[in-house]
Amino acid sequence: MESTNYVVGFTLAMTVIVALTLSSLFYGTKDQVAQNADVFNKRAILSAISAKLDKPVSDFSDQDVLSLFEEKVEQKVLSMDGEELDGIMAEKVDMAKEAKKPEEDRQLPLFIYNGGGEKVYIVSVRGSGLWDAIWGNVALQSDFTTVVGASFDHAGETPGLGAEIKDNPAFAKQFGGKKIYNDGEYVSVGVIKGGAKNLAYEVDGLSGATVTADGVDEMLFRGIKYYEPYFGKAKG
Amino acid sequence: MAEVKTAPAIQEKEPLFGKKEKKLITDPLTDNNPITIQVLGICSALAVTSLVLPSVVISVAVVFVCAFSSLFTSLLRTRIPKSIRMIVQLVIIATLVTIVEMVLKYFSYPVYRQLTIYIGLIITNCIVMGRLEAFAMANKPWRSFLDGIGNGLGYGLILVGIALIRELFGKGSLFAGSAAEMKIIGASPDYIINTMAEGSWFGWYSNNNLMVLPVAAMFIIGIFIWIQRSRNPDLVDIS
Repeated sequence: MESTNYVVGFTLAMTVIVALTLSSLFYGTKDQVAQNADVFNKRAILSAISAKLDKPVSDFSDQDVLSLFEEKVEQKVLSMDGEELDGIMAEKVDMAKEAKKPEEDRQLPLFIYNGGGEKVYIVSVRGSGLWDAIWGNVALQSDFTTVVGASFDHAGETPGLGAEIKDNPAFAKQFGGKKIYNDGEYVSVGVIKGGAKNLAYEVDGLSGATVTADGVDEMLFRGIKYYEPYFGKAKG
Repeated sequence: MAEVKTAPAIQEKEPLFGKKEKKLITDPLTDNNPITIQVLGICSALAVTSLVLPSVVISVAVVFVCAFSSLFTSLLRTRIPKSIRMIVQLVIIATLVTIVEMVLKYFSYPVYRQLTIYIGLIITNCIVMGRLEAFAMANKPWRSFLDGIGNGLGYGLILVGIALIRELFGKGSLFAGSAAEMKIIGASPDYIINTMAEGSWFGWYSNNNLMVLPVAAMFIIGIFIWIQRSRNPDLVDIS
């Protein structure tokens, strides 16, 4: 057996070396990683309005994504009463933190795409999947009723199952053209296990990922409703 | 395991890439496969194999982690205090996995976001620690490095094999999520919506949802093991 001093010395040396290696790597890559994450999130927002863009979002370079956002996307932050808040950008709103606040204190990010023609309003929603948080962006026409498109993401759903909400373009594609109001009554877009029945307001769930699909259903119903006060004001 | 006993005691001049070294790479691909013979790393083989692309990325990451953790462990093998040797091995593995995660975040953020937790789970992959204990602690660095590569590749071979079958029959596609994405059978881009594609040769095929679930991987591994052992009866009672 080695002496205690040796074991302690070895452990200390190992810890110092590992800590230095990892922290210097972390600081070396930090800025690029932050930019990658930023582009990734903006790409997700843009893919909710892919129907309005002239080419698929995957064909945009990172720089294209950032400049398109700079030029054509207006960012607003709303209170739960639908009032616009000053001095904060929608992209700075951390949905994970907001979800922990009491409902009436939350801030809601709103992205308005202004690419000629009618404006498109993109709202953000957040909920729970099977393993961890899920979130998404839903783009609405200026009637605040018709869905232009949607995109989803998740923290830890299973690839091939729950992760299909992000990875399978066919899932998000179903949302285009759906309505969230039925004769003035708020219905959201339902995600239905076993297949949509009412095609105006429902989409198909995911086989093998029922819990995640139910999470999307719940998240949409609750999350879009938060924006209702704003919809009322914006419609005048 | 057999390698431990045959660890060379006699000092002879070792070629850089002789017969023994070659065997270190090829054995884990066939007669000493970490999944089908050593039965290590089953958990991740069930979890990540529903799509080919994540399986390939995980395999590459495991080859890297396995090779370099073997190398570092072997370099330190005479200095590592016996009483904390497993902790030291774990620190080496965890460091390398964290590096893999950072590299992915830096160079390929979307792939990182697709795999998220599975990268971290490489730390718990029994193959890596199993090889450190069974081989790297008793062998020279170069051989340990090769053993690591061999076992990583053997793991990846089975992983990608399972994923190919599962994705093809479960989703009707191959390499979904990559630039080279292919829709093979089922042939409908809307492959979650189980409609038969019109005008396709394989329009009759309806995706098999069992293949999407982790149980399918269990069956496929079982079939692999069966085929391998029926072709080489010597392997039957080896593990």
